[in-house]
Amino acid sequence: MALRDEMPQVSAGSMADIAFLLLIFFLVTTSIETDSGMNRLLPPIDTISTMDVKKKNILAITVNDKGELLIDDDIVALSDLKLLAIEFLDNGGAISSDDFYCSYCKGKRDAKSSDSPLKAIISLITSRDAVYEGYISIQNELLLAYGELRSREANRLYNVDYSSLEAMYNAPDVTSAEKEKAKKKIKAIQNMFPLNLSEANRN
Amino acid sequence: MSKFAKKKDGEVPAVSTASLPDIVFMLLFFFMTVTVMKDSSVKVSNELPQANEIKKLEKKDRVITIYVGAPTKEYTKTYGTEPKIQLNDKFANPSEVGDYILMERAKKSQELQNVLTTSLKVDKNANMGLIADIKLELRKVNALKVNYTTYEGDAFKN
Repeated sequence: MALRDEMPQVSAGSMADIAFLLLIFFLVTTSIETDSGMNRLLPPIDTISTMDVKKKNILAITVNDKGELLIDDDIVALSDLKLLAIEFLDNGGAISSDDFYCSYCKGKRDAKSSDSPLKAIISLITSRDAVYEGYISIQNELLLAYGELRSREANRLYNVDYSSLEAMYNAPDVTSAEKEKAKKKIKAIQNMFPLNLSEANRN
Repeated sequence: MSKFAKKKDGEVPAVSTASLPDIVFMLLFFFMTVTVMKDSSVKVSNELPQANEIKKLEKKDRVITIYVGAPTKEYTKTYGTEPKIQLNDKFANPSEVGDYILMERAKKSQELQNVLTTSLKVDKNANMGLIADIKLELRKVNALKVNYTTYEGDAFKN
């Protein structure tokens, strides 16, 4: 008989219901977590840095307990911080016969500001009562300042953005030779504008 | 002849639901792949600040998370409203952070122990004193790589 030869049909009508059930379960349990942020490296605990640093090579940023931002005792707006930091880092005040003369700096070469990006230190002092989000904003602006300067040099030397250099280094599908090349370039740029950021707390 | 059996000419044809399981399955697979099962519930209010100079935390197995923030409503009676540190499932003092990091580090495999990052998920209204204490503890146990976890956004909105 013809009916015997046919395979019995499995009803697929309830498949949608089952799939819905699973879908709702995963919808409820899902939490898409935030997994990005600012990477920083803390200094090791055993380094008590008692360096002799000239006052002009330090950009002293203070955050007081009201969350106000002060640079060398003057209140400044957060929106001005990036430009001030760039101006300070890029100043290159050392004279051309000096060891630390900064040939790639495009700043004002003010003798009263930093000698060279290699010597310039940004010091961030936060009050214990300051609020975290203000601190994050300041960190963000400072990293932006460094990023902008580094990108400028990367564009000048290698015709590529600093961030795309880093992306090249981190990409999963590059050969080790390319990776090595990117690393070399990144190191060269980092040596031009090292991240000299000192942090401290004030009670 | 029954008048109900008569079909009208202008009737709208029924929408076929045959592809509904496929659509649902597609959604299901999406959520299955993006789901991260939470291993601890967050007991502190945790609204992260915004920043735009951020990098993605690539590998989940190399991250230790520390939550900081004011206890949520059901815990304010016992723990007050001052920002607290949450390690795993319980509130902790800054002095316990070091032990926690060492413990978590010991759980990871040997080759990962040197490349761990500490993700600080700090509520934007927490005070810097607490963060400074945590950072000091982290430095004591040589866990120097930190990530201030933030939302992507405009830092001026903070």
